[in-house]
Amino acid sequence: MASSKKSSASKSTPRLEVKKTYKLYINGAFPRSESGRVYEVTNSKDGFVANPSLASRKDLRDAVVAARTAQGGWAKATAYNRGQILYRIAEMLEGRADQFASEIVLASGVTQKKAHDEVLAAIDSWVWYAGWSDKLSAAFGATNPVSGPYYNFTIPEPQGVIAVAPAESFLSLIDAIAPAIVSGNSVVALVPGSAAIAAMTFAEVLATSDLPAGVLNILTGSHDELAPWAASHMDIDGFDISGIDKKKRTELKVAGAENLKRIHSFDGAVSPTRIYAFMETKTVWHPIGV
Amino acid sequence: MTFYGIVDGSESSLKHFLAQLPGVDQVGADARAAMLATRSIKTSSKRWAIDTAISMVDLTTLEGADTAGKVRALCSKAVRPDPTDSTVPSVGAICVYNDMVSIARMHLDAIGGKHVPVAAVSTAFPSGRASMEVKIQDTQDAIDAGAAEIDMVIDRGAFLSGQYGLVFDEIVKIREVCGDRAHLKVIFETGELVTYDNVRKASYLAMLAGADFIKTSTGKVAPAATPPVVLVMLEAVRDFYQMTQRRIGVKPAGGIRNTKDAIKQLVLVNETAGPEWLTPEYFRIGASALLNDLLMQRMKMDDGYYASPNYVTID
Repeated sequence: MASSKKSSASKSTPRLEVKKTYKLYINGAFPRSESGRVYEVTNSKDGFVANPSLASRKDLRDAVVAARTAQGGWAKATAYNRGQILYRIAEMLEGRADQFASEIVLASGVTQKKAHDEVLAAIDSWVWYAGWSDKLSAAFGATNPVSGPYYNFTIPEPQGVIAVAPAESFLSLIDAIAPAIVSGNSVVALVPGSAAIAAMTFAEVLATSDLPAGVLNILTGSHDELAPWAASHMDIDGFDISGIDKKKRTELKVAGAENLKRIHSFDGAVSPTRIYAFMETKTVWHPIGV
Repeated sequence: MTFYGIVDGSESSLKHFLAQLPGVDQVGADARAAMLATRSIKTSSKRWAIDTAISMVDLTTLEGADTAGKVRALCSKAVRPDPTDSTVPSVGAICVYNDMVSIARMHLDAIGGKHVPVAAVSTAFPSGRASMEVKIQDTQDAIDAGAAEIDMVIDRGAFLSGQYGLVFDEIVKIREVCGDRAHLKVIFETGELVTYDNVRKASYLAMLAGADFIKTSTGKVAPAATPPVVLVMLEAVRDFYQMTQRRIGVKPAGGIRNTKDAIKQLVLVNETAGPEWLTPEYFRIGASALLNDLLMQRMKMDDGYYASPNYVTID
């Protein structure tokens, strides 16, 4: 009796839905685009889905400033600490797996099963890259044989600020970000189109993680608008253009030549070369017996 | 002796004059400054604003760790802010501690920077806590070493306890030491003056005592040159000009770190005091980090892509 009364009460007063305002993620905060613009994400079944922020080049500029400021501290953190922080993010992703899956369904119209598989693949990829943090110097470093009374070390170091332009999917986003930050780089991610929905939920995970503000910044919008500015930006050291249309890549590489920016694209496979692509090698000579 | 025929320098005349100044509408000043900060300056206007701001910068180093080498490097930067681009104007002045004045002057003269004046902070900067004899000696020293501008601090303790005569006399005495040889800038340290009313009173006190410039802060105390404080001071110089036909300059210092902040200051000047003040003769910006950001914005406008701090100096 009591329960039927309760259900009829909720029927007569429909709940006011709390809709999410999609913003950007810059320097650990959630600002709207400086331009005030948004764009529409729709799917064939439900029509309108959401209005993510359409990031402008000034948002990119702000994100790069935040990334540059945060990078030194992140690179100085011990490899163990970086790994722990990334694992902790994986724990939170796992807890929100269903939410990510339903957002992927909503934004791209794939089946629930396919979306769930994509989320699990993304979490696995994240954990896989997180595990590399304390193995990089062993894998890519060396003590080199030299002629003379010296030790000669090769040490891999993070490059600095990396921009990534992944394809329009959650898995591509994770596959682009994880290898770039695990070594101590800071990242500005340019997330295209409908991938913005899951990306901003990912930003909520980051905001409650121990990842220092500014290490990872997420801009949503259009590659066509942002990628040329990222490619020519003198304070970005590397650019992952895996999600950019092949015909447009040459133009970006030409623009990036001004500051000898490393511009790479990768296929979907997880690989340590994806980490090493945005690392520098430092060689140190040390006299023996001094 | 009278000052502009307005006060005779006595405690009572100062108190009487300052008491009849209207109070500052704090909410109004904040709102006006915030509204002017929303002005958008683009393209050729922005280009003009950047170059004007560069020519107004008092390039400053006021650290205990200053060395002759750092001061010389700063002087070179003052004359040619961007070594790769000769169209960038020289800055307004170099601002250093007393003992660095001769080093700065000699180096500027040697590298073709005769047109860049050296400003010395004086009168026991930044606290102002020293005897009058020491303050006068401090100022005399700086002028003898070649300082063309003296940035003196007022005794904030005396001002806040209502001893306006004491503050006034100090400024008058330092004014006498400066004579025709040096411009006098009077620093209020507005972060310590608490209210906008006090900022307005201090402005009139300094202008009546013979200041050529009124300056917000030492850069050692936060908040420093906030837009509403600068607004109140600009109103003061504007009204003082109407009263006396003498144009006093304004120098915000401290907390102005990027191009956007600097352009906001220029908008304030234009809309409050008027375009006559938009020259290095009457408006200066005390800063160190600002110049690099101005140069980076200038590069962006020339090159069409965003610049990196790797291409400007560290200091």
